[in-house]
Amino acid sequence: MALSGMRGLSVFISDIRNCPNKDQERLRVDKELGNIRTRFKNEKGLTPYEKKKYVWKMLYIYMLGYDVDFGHMEAVSLISAPKYPEKQVGYIVTSSLLNENHDFLRLAINTVRNDIIGRNETFQCLALTMVGNIGGREFAESLAADVQKLLISSSCRPLVRKKAALCLLRLYRKNPDVVNIDGWVDRMAQLLDERDIGVLTSSMSLLVALVSNNHEAYWSCLPKCVKVLERLARNQDIPQEYTYYGIPSPWLQVKAMRALQYFPTIEDPNCRRSLFEVLQRILMGTDVVKNVNKNNAAHAVLFEALALVMHLDAEKEMMSQCVALLGKFIAVREPNIRYLGLENMTRMLMVTDVQDSIKRHQAQIITSLKDPDISIRRRALDLLYGMCDISNAKDIVEELLQYLSTADFAMREELSLKAAILAEKFAPDLSWYVDVILQLIDKAGDFVSDDIWFRVVQFVTNNEDLQPYAAAKAREYLDKPAIHETMVKVSAYLLGEFSHLLARRPGCSPKEIFIIIHEKLPTVSTSTIPILLSTYAKILMHTQPPDPELQNQIWAIFNKYESCIDAEIQQRAVEYFALSRKGAAVMDILAEMPKFPERQSALIKKAEVAEVDSADQSAIKLRAQQQTSNALVVTDQHSANGPPPTVPAVGPLTLVKVPSTSGNAEHTSEGQALTQPNGTLTKIDPQTPSEDLLGDLLGPLAIEGPPGAAVQPQQNAVSEVGGVPSAVDGAAIVPVGEYSNSVQPIGNINERFYALCLKDSGVLYEDPYIQIGIKAEWRAQHGHLVLFLGNKNTSPLDSVQALVLPPAHLKMELSLVPETIPPRAQVQCPLEVLNLRPSRDVAVLDFSYKFGECEASPSSSSEQISSAYISVCRRVLSSMEISFRPPLKLQEVVRGVRPLPLAEMANLFNSFRLMICPGLDPNPNNLVASTTFYSESTRAMLCLIRIETDPADRTQLRMTVASGDPMLTFELKEFMKEQLVSIPTAPHGPTAPPTPPVAQVAQPTSPVKALTDPGAMLAAEWSFEDFGLVTRKKSVNGSFLVLVMDGQSLASFRPNNKAEPNK
Amino acid sequence: MIHFVLLISRQGKVRLTKWYSPYSQKERTKVIRELSGVILSRGPKLCNFVEWRGYKVVYKRYASLYFCMCIDQDDNELEVLEIIHHYVEILDRYFGSVCELDLIFNFHKAYYILDELLIAGELQESSKKTVARLIAAQDSLVESAKEQASSISNIIAQATK
Repeated sequence: MALSGMRGLSVFISDIRNCPNKDQERLRVDKELGNIRTRFKNEKGLTPYEKKKYVWKMLYIYMLGYDVDFGHMEAVSLISAPKYPEKQVGYIVTSSLLNENHDFLRLAINTVRNDIIGRNETFQCLALTMVGNIGGREFAESLAADVQKLLISSSCRPLVRKKAALCLLRLYRKNPDVVNIDGWVDRMAQLLDERDIGVLTSSMSLLVALVSNNHEAYWSCLPKCVKVLERLARNQDIPQEYTYYGIPSPWLQVKAMRALQYFPTIEDPNCRRSLFEVLQRILMGTDVVKNVNKNNAAHAVLFEALALVMHLDAEKEMMSQCVALLGKFIAVREPNIRYLGLENMTRMLMVTDVQDSIKRHQAQIITSLKDPDISIRRRALDLLYGMCDISNAKDIVEELLQYLSTADFAMREELSLKAAILAEKFAPDLSWYVDVILQLIDKAGDFVSDDIWFRVVQFVTNNEDLQPYAAAKAREYLDKPAIHETMVKVSAYLLGEFSHLLARRPGCSPKEIFIIIHEKLPTVSTSTIPILLSTYAKILMHTQPPDPELQNQIWAIFNKYESCIDAEIQQRAVEYFALSRKGAAVMDILAEMPKFPERQSALIKKAEVAEVDSADQSAIKLRAQQQTSNALVVTDQHSANGPPPTVPAVGPLTLVKVPSTSGNAEHTSEGQALTQPNGTLTKIDPQTPSEDLLGDLLGPLAIEGPPGAAVQPQQNAVSEVGGVPSAVDGAAIVPVGEYSNSVQPIGNINERFYALCLKDSGVLYEDPYIQIGIKAEWRAQHGHLVLFLGNKNTSPLDSVQALVLPPAHLKMELSLVPETIPPRAQVQCPLEVLNLRPSRDVAVLDFSYKFGECEASPSSSSEQISSAYISVCRRVLSSMEISFRPPLKLQEVVRGVRPLPLAEMANLFNSFRLMICPGLDPNPNNLVASTTFYSESTRAMLCLIRIETDPADRTQLRMTVASGDPMLTFELKEFMKEQLVSIPTAPHGPTAPPTPPVAQVAQPTSPVKALTDPGAMLAAEWSFEDFGLVTRKKSVNGSFLVLVMDGQSLASFRPNNKAEPNK
Repeated sequence: MIHFVLLISRQGKVRLTKWYSPYSQKERTKVIRELSGVILSRGPKLCNFVEWRGYKVVYKRYASLYFCMCIDQDDNELEVLEIIHHYVEILDRYFGSVCELDLIFNFHKAYYILDELLIAGELQESSKKTVARLIAAQDSLVESAKEQASSISNIIAQATK
């Protein structure tokens, strides 16, 4: 044993091990990282040995869970070291730290290629191993041919060739074209003649990948696979070292059989015969043995043989032999074998005419449902679900129901969903179905999704015979002392619709029904109250002749909820109250619900997608999942426009209209992303980092979307009048993606955006799950914004991603957004903004999150991925020094202005931080405002605006804007024009009386900085003159003082005279 | 194919990670955290397979160490279970009755050996003898480079005396 000692490394590891706690460990690691960093910086002093040692230390630190990104480059650079020891470390550490998407890898491609085509066998091995482990597309393109050459070369030793085979397999996975060369198939077939089992094993893996994609091309390999299998099964010519516990390479056997499963059939009778001989031998000759490893290896081969037999659709005799074997397996104590027995039996279900023999094992399978191992329970549940049909449904479903009360939480949702589906699919009679679902809700209410009770309502409504029975059952459940809220919902609904059918039974008079339902009201949440109100209305309607006492009671309830804060409840209360006074006309309006159109069960659809859903969140499949995310749509299409998920899809008048869940409707039809925004989205920066997942999601769309598509109808109505693009400063919220997004924003996001243009803090976006607030502070051109992300729910929001796409003139930096927002928690994300130059473009905040039931078992949890893309921004307004030449001063007559009283306009200006300077202009119909605009390019710059209004026609005005920068002047003018033309509706709310502008200006807190620069003073004076104030200036003898306040500027006029015409 | 290999101690400390599918740093950390929670909490005498996010994780405990390999749902579980054992046997032969400490202080050796066993998430060599031979050859290469280096430095030292 040659353990090459690296003392420094051992010492470091010992130190870490001696750390009593995590903090100490962190300290030690930080110290080491600091050391490594400085050592790497002065690279000259590093010997190759030291370099190697530090790179190993880094890998160790990385395994401890610390970030070692800074050292990636060092690891990669070791690859090009000339000596084996360093090169080896470089290759192995690189392939452990990086993944195929890492940029640094590109730097290594040339070295890697040289190693592969070089003569040094050990270097070849190192390079092939790394490429095989982390090679990406680029490697595939530049190295595949060389790797292929090594694989088929007769001069290479097996140790190189087996690595080349797997390396090629990797490259093939990245780019299937790499093997498309003439004569490749023959070469592949030749590889299967290989005597060396190492090379053969690797080649067989390669073949499996090739045939899984395209078996047609590789027919010639089929007989060779059978040959290999025969050779192994007969133990011919297998070196001793390749037998594993006496079994000739079980791995190669498994792989050969796997390859054969990708060919649809085996036509050649000889070949088929010899294969079946082998299979028969495996099926018959595998016994349970004491040695665990031998047993496992033998059964690995056996299960693969079973799979191949199933695939080949062997004769009936062989099949029943398989079923018998599996039956034996599911009864053994060894958990692995039992697990695999159950799993393979589920696969076996696909083979026709063995179902009956599988059913014989039902009792045994049900036992496994109570196994202590959840893996086994899952398999048993799957198998029971798969084998259920009309003949055994009753037994199986009852078994599942019984198990439900004791099942662990991780499985309950899946279990109840499966039970509900089976009950629906195979119900021998409908009343049994109703029984099952009600029991299900009773036993596992929390795990019964809305779909389940929607479905039972649908059934009952559509089947008249069932109605009295269902109503009676619902009534019975209400007698129980504590029932789940879902039960309240379903029984209230059923009794509302059908309780009149029970009227003659004891305890079922309208009044009694009302009382018992009303007892539950204090215990339920707001989503249930609307249903209860509907039920009351229906009960009232069915009470003929009217019972005045009941009527008064119900009316009192309606009255009480008329002022409820929940809009849905309020509306229902108001409407039912009004309707119930209409007398006979109500009969029509509140008549029974018509039958629902027949549709595929939402549950079954859900079960179909459950597999996709639970598939995985890994990097590889995440992309695929994004494409299939439409599959999460649970109900029919109209759910796409359904109300937000927290409110059941129930219209106030029609009562339960569509039992759609609406929750999972998810259209991330990104292509339309840009066609819907409200027009404030003017620009999406195409430099979206594409490594970022979210960037992936959005990047392409952002680019696809025509930039000109920004101006949208909603906005056009207003903005066309003025003929200005509707770009706005401030915060714009744009829901990219259709409104069909299951998650609907609360409140008009446009309005919110406009409101935020006028304020420094407020709510930027809100939907049923999340609220995003924003708070801004500006200091010259530096803005400090804070995003407040608040989770409104009792379960966490996952996969939270936020990305700010700044327009060209803003530099924005968003701090890390946590991936998960805990229930009912608020997190703050600072956002630093630097204003570079004047512009009206707004930044966009892309925001997405996932809302899922956290306790749900992964295979059936219904997750809602909702995305709301919000654009945000706030521009620093302000600016400058005054202009001397025409481009610095612009004048324009604006028409089509929304008429505003002067005071209100002044208020609006103030809220844009354009400080009104009363008294500067003698004409009371004019406004003069000034501000300082800060940006990197302009620095602090004074801006002046003068508005001349016409008291006779408030829809037009003349605007003069001046500043020291032509671009700023133009942008500011356009901005003001937009604001005056398309003033947001009620930014302040009608109740807040506009503060007189004078008051605002009259309270300058403290002048932070007096503009002492005489040039600026002069300029200011000049400009005031330019603004028609000459007379006035003269009169006050030129005593202007321009005060520049922090973040906002105030041109204050020190009046010697008190002749203030304005107010 | 095997998507990744993890060695986790009973205390949840990571002893080795090898990723054959591209996972970002963040995902790696998440996977490790999630899986150690699932696997370490499983009692004895349960089966060696855990269903996880649409994949299967085949794991086996050896003394205080859990060896885990993540595979696709339709891969052959027992085959992978025996790959784990095969790996452990090779480690055992190399270190001479391997224990967790060997793997902590010589974690790089565990990486070398794993690279001789698996590439691209597939088994490349099923002979213990061959792997042992290759690792021994690597070790001697490193040793001879070291001797060479020290002899060169001796020569330089003597020449500059």
